[in-house]
Amino acid sequence: MQFFGGSEISPSPPAPAASGNNAHMLYIFNRNGVCLLYREWNRPLKTLSSQQDHKLMFGLLFSLKSLTAKMDPTSVEKGNLGVPQLPGQGCSFHSFRTNTYKLSFMETPSGIKIILVTHPRTSDLRDSLKYIYNLYVEYVVKNPLYSPGTPIRYELFNKAVDQYVRGLG
Amino acid sequence: MAPVAPKSGDAIFASVDRVNAELFTLTYGAIVRQLLTDLEEVEEVNKQLDQMGYNIGVRLVDEFLAKSNVSRCVDFRETAEVIAKVGFKMFLGVTASVTNWDAEGTTCSIILEDNPLVDFVELPDTCQGLYYCNILSGVIRGALEMVSMKTEVTWLRDMLRGDDVFELQVKLLKQVPEEYPYKDDE
Repeated sequence: MQFFGGSEISPSPPAPAASGNNAHMLYIFNRNGVCLLYREWNRPLKTLSSQQDHKLMFGLLFSLKSLTAKMDPTSVEKGNLGVPQLPGQGCSFHSFRTNTYKLSFMETPSGIKIILVTHPRTSDLRDSLKYIYNLYVEYVVKNPLYSPGTPIRYELFNKAVDQYVRGLG
Repeated sequence: MAPVAPKSGDAIFASVDRVNAELFTLTYGAIVRQLLTDLEEVEEVNKQLDQMGYNIGVRLVDEFLAKSNVSRCVDFRETAEVIAKVGFKMFLGVTASVTNWDAEGTTCSIILEDNPLVDFVELPDTCQGLYYCNILSGVIRGALEMVSMKTEVTWLRDMLRGDDVFELQVKLLKQVPEEYPYKDDE
């Protein structure tokens, strides 16, 4: 597994046609580790129960965030490894790529984490993740019947996300 | 890739959907009136307005972060500036100013000269002690709590009580960093 998109084994092929679902999964977590949304479009291999899977994903990102902040060569002040950081503080990693998938990550200062797993040749998805965050604000946060911190069960939001992700190349 | 600079409050205010100012003012007035009728005690109404503001703030912060594109503020000074210049402009259409910093930089005052909530409003004698705009203090407290800052927000000056401006004192109590939420043994 290569981290942080280092040297690629195969030369980059031309971008695939944007049709069908290019994305595999989407996760949205809040600052307390509650998985607000999990969407799956293309995941042939499932090894864990969904609860374990969510915990694993959240834990992975939490650790990656501390590690990347700790190893930052440009920052002057570094916390100790394991010390919790304020959301958005320090350097934040935004994606890693393996030979079979690419995981893109975005965290807001309010602690909302959006993770999108796609095929490995996807370009930088930071703007797409921001767009998904905007969708979250419009369809979920502004819904008066939604209690913040609970899993999202709104068809309208799910459909909007599905449609947007389908259009990603 | 260089970080995108936050859009100024004016630019965002121009791009969001807007509602008729009078409708907004009258709706808020109706809420306060109803609370006064239901609760009768002015202190209770103040508390309820603050709680409502808190619930709004908790959600509003996500919309603010999504639309304004600000990155994490480096310190509380920057936070207060962003609230006054970008936040107030974006949601109320007025720009506030920040003054009266204390020595440690944890307390400041946000001054509002213009407040759309209080257009047409005059407090009668029966409502002395009412903080009519208390929803704003709740909103700021709720929003800051979602970005890990515990604050205390109080009114220092209130135009409806005869002062010349609205002055909100925002005091940072502490910063609460994110903890790993799952227990280690699981």
